[in-house]
Amino acid sequence: MITLTDVTKDFGSLRVLKGINLTVKEGEKLVIIGPSGSGKSTLVRCMNFLEEPTSGHVYIDGVELTRKNRTAMIRKSSAMVFQQFNLYPHMTVLHNLTLAPVKLQGMKKAEAEALGMKYLERVGLADKADAYPPMLSGGQQQRVAIARALVTNQKIILFDEPTSALDPEMVQEVLDVMIQLSKENITMVVVTHEMGFARQVADRVIFMDDGVIVEEGSPEHFFENPTNERTKAFLGKILR
Amino acid sequence: MSDGVFALWRWQRLLEDWEVFASGLLTTLEVAVLALLLALAAGVVLGLFSTSESRVLRAVSRVYVEFFQNTPLVIQVFFLYNGLPYAGIVLSEFTIGVLGVGLYHGAYIAEVVRAGIQSIHRGQMEAAHSQGFTTLQAMAYIILPQTVRIILPPMANQAVNLVKNTSVLAIIAGGDLMYRSNAWATNGTLSYGPSYVVTGVLYFILCFPLATWARRYEERLKSRTVPVAASSVSRPNQEVAIEC
Repeated sequence: MITLTDVTKDFGSLRVLKGINLTVKEGEKLVIIGPSGSGKSTLVRCMNFLEEPTSGHVYIDGVELTRKNRTAMIRKSSAMVFQQFNLYPHMTVLHNLTLAPVKLQGMKKAEAEALGMKYLERVGLADKADAYPPMLSGGQQQRVAIARALVTNQKIILFDEPTSALDPEMVQEVLDVMIQLSKENITMVVVTHEMGFARQVADRVIFMDDGVIVEEGSPEHFFENPTNERTKAFLGKILR
Repeated sequence: MSDGVFALWRWQRLLEDWEVFASGLLTTLEVAVLALLLALAAGVVLGLFSTSESRVLRAVSRVYVEFFQNTPLVIQVFFLYNGLPYAGIVLSEFTIGVLGVGLYHGAYIAEVVRAGIQSIHRGQMEAAHSQGFTTLQAMAYIILPQTVRIILPPMANQAVNLVKNTSVLAIIAGGDLMYRSNAWATNGTLSYGPSYVVTGVLYFILCFPLATWARRYEERLKSRTVPVAASSVSRPNQEVAIEC
């Protein structure tokens, strides 16, 4: 469970988050939508302290996340999938998956490799185990990144616009993996512009604009009768 | 007998005294290798300092780099040779060579290391943090292995410059190749011609392979599509070129 209370975030004189209160339940699939610059990426990055809130508190399972305990807390609770994949380009695909289990969880190399292969199979890329990330397509790289996030068996996976950097024809292969994943009891927080995905997978959707949560509700509520004017305007543009 | 600066008898003289040049070359090599080790150690530590989150460490690195880059190596060596004895510290010419040249190039190598680290896309560190790696672990497993490949060519160029700069020892009678060559020519026959040519060729033989390797490696690096280096996406590799 993730809880944010009164979270603000300033970049210089710019206030990007203006007091966010939010609870994500265990196993919940939360989708965050909103125009660019609305603070949705910053919000999800506050959940693993890639951005440290300027004020307010972030709790994971009741324990407050601080600068001091951040590494230990993140290590056992969450993983992240980035817009730009951020695979380690000097390591093979399989090595990308085994690094954290071996170095952080003390797993034996052979065991980690078997586990890594299992997850590569799950995302349909077992045959790329020995390839280097720059040799793969964007969609393949992102599927590897998802496998890397899964391999350490975290309860929470944060997705920061996972399909935004992809060529259109590669978006679906990544969404398919995420839809598959959503059937498990993993907490997923997904920043995305993929409304089809939101409709299909989300337990709850929140719409952000200008650093605040403007509206939240079920996907049905959102896509059939949104109440807020800004939400309507945004959805009107994006669903046209 | 001809008395030109390149007269044949001068070459014969030099050949007879080859041991003078050999011993100078050996000293130059010893100073260069030890100074390079010192420069690498200082450069890597200061380069890491300059990318750390601590303001104090960044300041230490900045002051060091600016001091050594913006004062002449000759003054630094003169200070070690003429100044330190007043503080009761008398160092051998050999030690002064290693210290002076090593500390000086440490500043340049620090800049190479810093630029190399900073050329790695920020997302790499973020990915590591998101997995629960500490900053130091991320440096060791993820950032530095990628940095090394990018900075090898500018490092090799630093090594070339370092070898050449050991010749500063000549002005404090350091017993290096340049000093031996000049002293041999000055004492007696004034055979500067052959002496300087042979010395220049010897330096060239030391430096040229290194410089060539660096150039070729860099070309390979640029043409290669595979594992190497910086941001695999979203940002082109930055040039890491440091002047000296």
